[in-house]
Amino acid sequence: MPSLMFDIAHLLAGSMLVLSFLLLYQDRIAAVINVFALQAIALSLSVAWQALVQDAPALFVTSALALIVKGFVVPTALRHIIRRLEIDREIEQIIGSGPTILTGLGLVALSILLMQPVGEVNVYAREDLAFALAVILLGLLMMITRRNAVTQVVGFMSLENGLILAATGAKGMPLVVEVSVAFSILIAFIVFGVFVFRMRERFDTVDVSALDRFRGERTD
Amino acid sequence: MISPVEAILVVPAIAVPALALVSDYRLGAGINMLASAVSLVAAVFLLFAEHPRGDLIIVDDFNIFLIVLTSFVGFTTSVFSASYIAHEIEIGRLTPAFLRFYHAMYQALMGAMSVALLANNIGLMWVGVEVATLSTVMMVGIYRTREAIEAAWKYFILGSVGIGLAFFGTILVYVVAQEAVGEGLPGMTWDLLLKSAPALDPKLLSLAFVFLLVGYGTKVGLAPFHAWLPDAHAEGPTPISAVLSGLLLNVALYALLRFKMVLSANVAAIDVGAIMVTLGMISFVFAAFMLYRRRDIKRLFAYSSIEHMGIAAFAFGMGGPLANFAGLLHMTMHSLIKSAIFFAVGHIAQVKGTQRIAAISGISTTHPALAVLFALAVIAIAGLPPFGMFTSEFMLISSTFARQPALSVALVVGLLVAFGALVLRLQDIVFGDPTGKADPAQASYVPAFVHLALVLAAGLWLPEPVVQWFRIVAAQLG
Repeated sequence: MPSLMFDIAHLLAGSMLVLSFLLLYQDRIAAVINVFALQAIALSLSVAWQALVQDAPALFVTSALALIVKGFVVPTALRHIIRRLEIDREIEQIIGSGPTILTGLGLVALSILLMQPVGEVNVYAREDLAFALAVILLGLLMMITRRNAVTQVVGFMSLENGLILAATGAKGMPLVVEVSVAFSILIAFIVFGVFVFRMRERFDTVDVSALDRFRGERTD
Repeated sequence: MISPVEAILVVPAIAVPALALVSDYRLGAGINMLASAVSLVAAVFLLFAEHPRGDLIIVDDFNIFLIVLTSFVGFTTSVFSASYIAHEIEIGRLTPAFLRFYHAMYQALMGAMSVALLANNIGLMWVGVEVATLSTVMMVGIYRTREAIEAAWKYFILGSVGIGLAFFGTILVYVVAQEAVGEGLPGMTWDLLLKSAPALDPKLLSLAFVFLLVGYGTKVGLAPFHAWLPDAHAEGPTPISAVLSGLLLNVALYALLRFKMVLSANVAAIDVGAIMVTLGMISFVFAAFMLYRRRDIKRLFAYSSIEHMGIAAFAFGMGGPLANFAGLLHMTMHSLIKSAIFFAVGHIAQVKGTQRIAAISGISTTHPALAVLFALAVIAIAGLPPFGMFTSEFMLISSTFARQPALSVALVVGLLVAFGALVLRLQDIVFGDPTGKADPAQASYVPAFVHLALVLAAGLWLPEPVVQWFRIVAAQLG
């Protein structure tokens, strides 16, 4: 039943995309983290399904990593951070959630169009890659529209979710890469953790716009 | 007996944890120099050893010159860094605890760049570039001032977006290649990709290249993806500015060129050369004009890096034996000169206690040796004879003029505009009324003078084996 298999793969990838849209208009930081955790779980399921379909047991490692690290450890740590920084109840003003969602829709259309030629090489990879590219671009969009350091981090990790979705959708892609991706996410998180704390030390807010005083040139 | 390749990869892997544990910063700087020296020796041995080729690691004529260059500049920078940080400790800008971290990250950066250069696997190469980026992000933010944190944050955000798109491009290349080359490791191997390039689907390959170009192009600092570069150079410690400009930009350009080779071997794919010429031209013209309004000395030379990477990208985009030769020479010269400039600028900023150009003036009176060094380095980067950059720029202009006369006008205008900006600055800084402190610099000028001597030698007489070698690589680049 190959068609059922692909339907399920698309269902999971599609649910990741829906969660990406949810991320775009959440205005409470705690809610953003929860939605991100859900997306990581969806990613984990999707990767596990690919592991079954492609008969590649190594992918279960990637799936488990996504579930444990991004589904639980990272969100827990982020919740801890926002409590420490006392921004857990803060409401973030998102610049124009309507236009953002519309732009997001445009990006999804763009991904579908861009991935059209993949069909000539590999019909099955086309939808997977289109979904993945859409998740990546929406992650990017989130990083651009958000002003708070923590939500930008989440946008970045959502972008990485899209990357892993793409990597596992490409059949037989060597595990070397996936493990290293998982590692790099971990590293990225450490980097971010350090940065967020430094920012808190120096500024009264982790709002990145507080840094905008410094645009390009020293004035002193 | 371990092979040179293993040595290049193992030395940083041992040095990183060792440096993280050493609490004495002098010992840390010593270990850092030692590790860099061992890597350099291994790289030189690699020149004469048989070129190994595996699924993960490859050594060929193209990457070996960058490996030698990288380990050489890595070593000289570690020597410069030792005198630089001693001063930073003295004035209390850095604490020994931060230096442990700094040295460990320095070796992590060197190791990651070696992985990226030696990789025969496009995924492994990506990992190398990404780790190198992350380690420099940490170092850019090390002073923890408001500006440094903003610079690091900007670098991190733009760098990770770039690296994300580059990874997507890598996946697309694999999707195309697995049909022709086979699943698993072979589908990501450089030499196999290159061999089967004509059989790959051109449309998808072209699409993949767009992602790779934006991704790695961000790292190269090509306009309009360059926004992170001036901040990261200006706010980080100067040794890091030197390796960023001199090495990391090259590594990213190397990655792009490898993909360009694959696409050039496929007739039906998009014309990568034209795209690189365009981006390169935008970069150097834009950066040349931006040089005029800079008030921060490190930022000034960061824009100059954008300009020179633009020129190199332009040269490789033109293609053909002569332009590629010019591009390779330009990359090499730029690495050597720009790191020498940052060594000089680092010392200047330390003795004057500021990076503001307006506050740095008349160093020929206060610090004659430093003034000579700085003046020579700026003359070299401006492309004046007898330094090597004149050779590469002259070759590029003559090759461009023969094929695309209109483009050579843009090239010459860009070079002249940049030249004017640099000469203006040079006059004030070196010969203006002396300002600021006149304390003697506790610095080692040896690394910078060694770089300039090499550049001068290259300008006067390039040894025949080097010429042969650049010719072979230039022919491979297509």
